[in-house]
Amino acid sequence: MNFDKISRRHVLQGTAAVALGSALPLRPAAAAETTVGFIYVGSRDDYGYNQAHAAGAAALKGMPGVKVVEEEKVPETDAVEKTMESMINLDGATLLFPTSFGYFNPHMIKMAQKYPKLRFEHCGGLWTDKDPKNAGSYFGYIDEAQHVSGVVAGHMTKTGKLGFVAAKPIPQVLRNINAFTLGAKLANPKVTLQVIFTGDWSMPVKEAEATNALIDQGVDVVTCHVDGPKTVVENAARRGAMVGGYHVNQAVLAPQAYLTGAEWNWEVLYPRFVKMFTSGETIPNFYRGGLKEQLVKVSPYGPMVSEAARKQADEVKAGLTSGDYVIFKGPVADNKGKTVIAAGVSRGQTDAELEKMDYLVDGVIGATS
Amino acid sequence: MKADVGAPLAPSGASQLLRLPAFGRKIGGAAEFVVIPALAIAVSLVLFGVFVALFRKNPLDLYFYMYQGAFGTWFSWQNTLTRAAPLILTALCTALPAQLGMVIIGGEGALLIGALTATSAALALQGAPPLVVDVAMACAGMIGGGIWIMFAGALRHYRGVNETISSLLLVYIALAILNFLVEGPMRDPTSLNKPSTPEIGAANMIGSIPGMEVHWGLVFGIIAAILSYILIYHTVFGFAARVAGGNIRAAKVVGLSVGKLILIICFLAGAAAGLAGMMEVAAVQGRTNANLAAGYGFAGILVAFLARQNPLAIIPVSILLGGIGASGGLLQRRLGLPDASVLVLEGIIFVMVLASDTLYGRWSFFKGKAS
Repeated sequence: MNFDKISRRHVLQGTAAVALGSALPLRPAAAAETTVGFIYVGSRDDYGYNQAHAAGAAALKGMPGVKVVEEEKVPETDAVEKTMESMINLDGATLLFPTSFGYFNPHMIKMAQKYPKLRFEHCGGLWTDKDPKNAGSYFGYIDEAQHVSGVVAGHMTKTGKLGFVAAKPIPQVLRNINAFTLGAKLANPKVTLQVIFTGDWSMPVKEAEATNALIDQGVDVVTCHVDGPKTVVENAARRGAMVGGYHVNQAVLAPQAYLTGAEWNWEVLYPRFVKMFTSGETIPNFYRGGLKEQLVKVSPYGPMVSEAARKQADEVKAGLTSGDYVIFKGPVADNKGKTVIAAGVSRGQTDAELEKMDYLVDGVIGATS
Repeated sequence: MKADVGAPLAPSGASQLLRLPAFGRKIGGAAEFVVIPALAIAVSLVLFGVFVALFRKNPLDLYFYMYQGAFGTWFSWQNTLTRAAPLILTALCTALPAQLGMVIIGGEGALLIGALTATSAALALQGAPPLVVDVAMACAGMIGGGIWIMFAGALRHYRGVNETISSLLLVYIALAILNFLVEGPMRDPTSLNKPSTPEIGAANMIGSIPGMEVHWGLVFGIIAAILSYILIYHTVFGFAARVAGGNIRAAKVVGLSVGKLILIICFLAGAAAGLAGMMEVAAVQGRTNANLAAGYGFAGILVAFLARQNPLAIIPVSILLGGIGASGGLLQRRLGLPDASVLVLEGIIFVMVLASDTLYGRWSFFKGKAS
């Protein structure tokens, strides 16, 4: 076969030529600089999860001696391992932030074992004692901000029906739905919340359909927990409903409909971590916090939010910020009538039971499975 | 290859036809198959350079970083090959049925089903020796993926359902099945916020190829591509498939069992993608979860078309696309280009390679002695 021979020879020659080229040294990173790598699963300007992290990365750019490298749309496969290694080998990164939940195991763990002198920080709170010591995870109690957002929603709804577009019925999402509902019920005990699960983190078409379906049923305040809330926010506003944001401030997308929202505050955390790192201090392997630790924040209230709503929301926020307010305080019943938190039991933010949440509280219309 | 099978009536005679693959006989020199795609890629790179220059980035920097990121260091090579490994297998899922004139674009579904069946096999055989587990996983993955695409083939043959549409829709069904099983019956109860199946166990993981950090999927992919090439161009079965692909009625007239051809080829195609899914579980993820739907099946379609459905050409094309993927990160980091710029380049290459199809056989330079 003529074709075989030629192509094989060409491939071999090409390989040899390229192998010679490999001898060229790559530009090494300057020694005095700390290079920090950020990896996002979606695009940096998604008005959501990834944009929140990119905003945190942007907050580092003014710090002296710190260089930031970023890569977006990296899937949760061995591609992320190679991206981390590429940042390490080609950019000289010594501190890495693979920000998506699915990057942790096995990908980031594998890299942390392979590069024991470098530091890996993962968003999601999965680190346990069994994991490498040079790896860590951090997460924010964003349900606190959702709770405040729920208070505002409870005040502002005219129909008494709220809507929640959610990705998957996993503990973190259920906790947000429940905290939001409990907040709304503080303002209006009769309020109900209809939840629709789309099944995945980024499903713009389903998210739009879910938003429309909720509004068709009389819902007049919509919020969500998906990677990019843009679709939900814009659709709800177009249909004349009010919205509560998530991940970042989406007020620019719907200035007349945006009540408030639950936002990450990585702009505060990342400089904090990088300062610890450059000063030789050890970043805690397991780092969590809420409004009090400034890991999350509540969007500024929209112009239509009433005085009464602002007042009660501010009170709740103040309580959460001082740390003496508990969202999940018994008695709490689920939407099937079963008591899930007994009277007198108070589950504070660090309570491990909350990590296993598998119920929807009373007032939520929907099912976890 | 469709046009080639129409040529048996040419004066060159039947004896030569049996000795040489059809395309080799028709084109005087194989050089055409190397020069034209290389030219198409070169033109694409120039166009991409112009595109990048419009954003005030230096195209020379672009080419340098692309080279560095994809092939510039030993690490970059491994990065490229790691990304190429699943593409070879998923590309075969499109390229094999293409010999029959079928356009199957559902490799992603076969990959997911293959991953699920392979994981199930591993979980059922916990405690067995790792070799047994891995062989069982490979078989289960290939059978699962094979049946999945065979189903699309059967729908086409027996019910006249368009295989392009049905194989694409089967991807969504596969994804729904995967999500259902991973979040329900097969869920590891400790996987709270990332629903996953239990792990197959560290002992059952397939390691890397010695001397490099690329998993064995690359080797299996290359073997599968070579075997597919031999099957299609050097066996009676492959010849029959190409005849059926060229003219299905003629194939029936000469007594070929077209239905059987469709089912077997579709099974093999799905088996390749299923093996890719098995490798993702056994060499990368260690369990099944939504991470597996990373789009390897869809990228494989692009590879197959760029390789003009030739199983051997799939190998270099996969490496090329792997290299583009590997260098894409460096472009983002050094030039501040968005990830989408890599898609622009892939799109330009795709269009250029398809457009260059019209050049074959038109340049007298290549018309060697045989014509």
